[in-house]
Amino acid sequence: MTGLGYAMTPVLAAAPLSPPTHRDIWWLIIIKTLAIFAFLVLATLFMIWAERRVVARMQQRIGPNRVGPFGLLQSLADGLKLALKEDIVPAMADKAVYILAPVISAIPAFMAFAVIPFGPTVSIAGHHTNLQLTDLPVAVLFVLAMSSLGVYGIVLAGWSSGSPYPLLGGVRSAAQVVSYEIAMGLSFVGVFLYAGSLSTSQIVAAQAHRWGILWAAISFAVYAIAMVGETNRAPFDLPEGETEIVGGFHTEYTSLKFALFYLAEYINMVTVSALMTTLFLGGWRAPWPISLWSEANVGWWPLLWFLIKLGIVLFVFIWLRGTLPRFRYDQFMQLGWKVLIPVNLLWILAEAAIRVVNVSNWRTWVIPIVVLAALLILGSFIADVVQRRSEERMQMPRVGPALVPNPDSPYPVPALGPATHPPLAATVAAREGASGESHSDVRTEGDGRA
Amino acid sequence: MTATTDPYDVLDPSAPVYTLSGGDWQDIVQDVADRHPDRIVVNMGPQHPSTHGVLRLVLELEGETVTQARVVVGYLHTGIEKNCEYRTFTQAVTFLTRADYLSPFFNETAYCLAVEKLLGITDQIPERANVIRVLMMELNRISSHLVWLATGGMEIGALSAMLYGFRERELILDIFEMITGLRMNHEYIRPGGVAQDLPPGAVEKIREFLEVMPARIDEYHDLLTGQPIWIKRLKDVGYLDLTGAVALGATGPIMRAAGYPWDLRKVAPYCGYETYEFDVPTQTDGDCFARYLVRMDEMRESLKIIEQCLDRLRPGPVMVEDKKIAWPAKLAIGPDGLGNSLDHIRHIMATSMEALIHHFKLVTEGFHVPPGQVYTAVEAPRGELGVHLVSDGGTRPYRVHFRDPSFVNLQSVAAVCEGGMVADVIAAVASLDPVMGGCDR
Amino acid sequence: MFSYVPIFALFLLAGGFAVFSIIAGSLTGPKRYNRAKYDAYECGIEPTPQPVGGGRFPVKYYLTAMLFIVFDIEIIFLYPWAVAYADMGVFGLVEMVLFIVTVFIAYVYVWRRGGLEWD
Repeated sequence: MTGLGYAMTPVLAAAPLSPPTHRDIWWLIIIKTLAIFAFLVLATLFMIWAERRVVARMQQRIGPNRVGPFGLLQSLADGLKLALKEDIVPAMADKAVYILAPVISAIPAFMAFAVIPFGPTVSIAGHHTNLQLTDLPVAVLFVLAMSSLGVYGIVLAGWSSGSPYPLLGGVRSAAQVVSYEIAMGLSFVGVFLYAGSLSTSQIVAAQAHRWGILWAAISFAVYAIAMVGETNRAPFDLPEGETEIVGGFHTEYTSLKFALFYLAEYINMVTVSALMTTLFLGGWRAPWPISLWSEANVGWWPLLWFLIKLGIVLFVFIWLRGTLPRFRYDQFMQLGWKVLIPVNLLWILAEAAIRVVNVSNWRTWVIPIVVLAALLILGSFIADVVQRRSEERMQMPRVGPALVPNPDSPYPVPALGPATHPPLAATVAAREGASGESHSDVRTEGDGRA
Repeated sequence: MTATTDPYDVLDPSAPVYTLSGGDWQDIVQDVADRHPDRIVVNMGPQHPSTHGVLRLVLELEGETVTQARVVVGYLHTGIEKNCEYRTFTQAVTFLTRADYLSPFFNETAYCLAVEKLLGITDQIPERANVIRVLMMELNRISSHLVWLATGGMEIGALSAMLYGFRERELILDIFEMITGLRMNHEYIRPGGVAQDLPPGAVEKIREFLEVMPARIDEYHDLLTGQPIWIKRLKDVGYLDLTGAVALGATGPIMRAAGYPWDLRKVAPYCGYETYEFDVPTQTDGDCFARYLVRMDEMRESLKIIEQCLDRLRPGPVMVEDKKIAWPAKLAIGPDGLGNSLDHIRHIMATSMEALIHHFKLVTEGFHVPPGQVYTAVEAPRGELGVHLVSDGGTRPYRVHFRDPSFVNLQSVAAVCEGGMVADVIAAVASLDPVMGGCDR
Repeated sequence: MFSYVPIFALFLLAGGFAVFSIIAGSLTGPKRYNRAKYDAYECGIEPTPQPVGGGRFPVKYYLTAMLFIVFDIEIIFLYPWAVAYADMGVFGLVEMVLFIVTVFIAYVYVWRRGGLEWD
């Protein structure tokens, strides 16, 4: 922990939770950097495979099973295949930006993982070190910053391709990510309120007894939605919704440039899942029955708990993909701006109030009243807006039962009523009458067709 | 890998490149650029993942909002109608079954009903042939709706719905293969009846399907109907009320979803539909969700009809008695597959010169159809599938025209898409369920 | 600043990997020129002539971006408050209720004026 961290969060100086921190030796840094890099690349390869296998099972298929044991090497084979594809830069593209975009997309994806703690202090070749590349005092802010930077890659890719579909995808992506970043950022506040720190290791330490999901259930729910939106995954995969805008921002990309976008997408998925584990699911701490074992949170074991939790969160991502249809752009934005943000703000107030009541017995009855009053004011605002909207919707001329024929229409509209099939009797009669005369079309008369 | 042998390796930049263009495309682009600098024109199709084949939509977009939608069809034109004029009345079935490739039995039936009407043998079609026709058509209706569910679901992003839809369709295609020998393009329904009787085991197989299918339809409902995103994507999207449907000639589920129970099986029955008990599902909202519900309910109604068909299958001929029309073959499955039975070949080749002449004349020349013109229509999965058939008295159709519901229903694309968003275009077009094979023919 | 050294190391590694991939991709793949192949994808139709940079885009996208900045700054104000909350007690709560109510008024204003409509 550096001085910067203490300066920003003076509260923590007294916190007994802070783990022993120190500078790592240079070769430990290199080992850890390489380990994180390798972990992310392997996790991507594994995730692509796992996604295809799991979704296949959900859809009663088998999925890739030819390359390597259980098809595990399928993603590697796909990557190699992509490397052997022609590298195309469209004629209309802004070449420099077009080539740079996948790099901009990939680098922040890797970097965000630097602050995720995999486990507590362990001993490597006699040196004690944290299972975390670096323990920033502003770690969560750093993750947010990196995820914002990654969007530049997507937006620039869409813009520089010189083609309408990528442009649509890029613009969608920009609007989407910035909208969900607000919801995501707000959901962190609920965690900070309890943990009293922005540092991921401190937040894990603060969850020693109770996980964040219990303190901040609503924040957890909002984060769970926002992280899917932030990573452009189903049901929020609008920037690349292949059935709408073909491939979105990466329509024009081929070869390893395309692979880099793919890599970035999956690393982002792993990152937000790891962040969820860290902030809400106790990080590397053992879940309850195991945590009774005294060795559970010591040494290398926590790495296992962390990876299991991470795997479960990632499974949910895949599960969503197999189950849900895609949102429409405006519905998606409405969910972000009109539901997640107000819910989150109200929840922050409520959580703060609860916390004050818990901490100080002083004037316990005043505070809830103050907060309740504030909530009432805010609630009335929302109710007012919602009511306005519904009134406006009532005045919209279009919505109504389709059954009512438009009287202004120049086209004759058949009479409707409970009598189900008025033309039937006439038709049958005509049929019987015309049974000998087969050359005439029996439907030309008496069936009420316009 | 040598570059010189690659036909696409055009080292000469001035070499001609053929692109798909033409029409008033450039004018539209220029016009929009002049009038609305913040709008863009986007081609959706013909090569697009969710335009049901090669439908082309020219969309004028303001951000995500569609301000204008133009439909361009014709990319799958295969000259089916024209080809029919150069084949006998029986052979034409081979072409027509390929028009709307998702509902081949409807194409065949509609055409055969027209030929039979001109021949004046509508009442002579054996009962068993009619029952088999109804049976096949209703199975086909389910399989067609399943493809709609699968592709429509996929287009809205419900990937699993696609696999579920195709999974059950496979069961139906297996039945088709067992009965007709082919999974698609069966050429099974012929003027005068059907090509051959149901093979042994077919009824049992269909009964097995009837046992499985209701639970599967429940599964689709579980997966999709209550799903909030699904409802949000379909409700109040692609709205077309009854007035609009009538004005644009839209039929089938589109019209029934607008509240009008117009179903040719009820209002102008054919193949004995008036004797079956089934309901015509309707909805009143006229949006994509209503069309979805209508189609889901229609699958259940079709199951009802199939069950009744199986119950009333009685042994009997499946082709008209008239030897001048009935295809002379007696088909049998030999070691090399389906073909003329050896007994029949022995009969015409060895014992009866008249039979040989008759066979030769009917197969090569075909039967004569009295001059006249006729319009018959059946209720295809997508709406009214009409056939306008003109005969000049010869052995070939003078003109066959299909009133294909895909083509007519596509007229409402502008009505259901404009004002919505890009994603709504996908949902709305999917709810019209166009099949470009039928549309372009 | 020492905490940032490992991040810089990771940046170098990731950047090296990305740049290497881009260069490798252009070397390993085949090169077969064809003009049509380098056209923008527009579903098989000759592409629309696009103005450089995609032309003008509707202003509502920029509106979203501006709203984002407003609310993002609000979040940044909330972070230090949340971190130091345990020390501030009731004072912190009252302060933040005032702050959030103020922001909420702006939020409701934007909503009422239709700034949150995307269709």
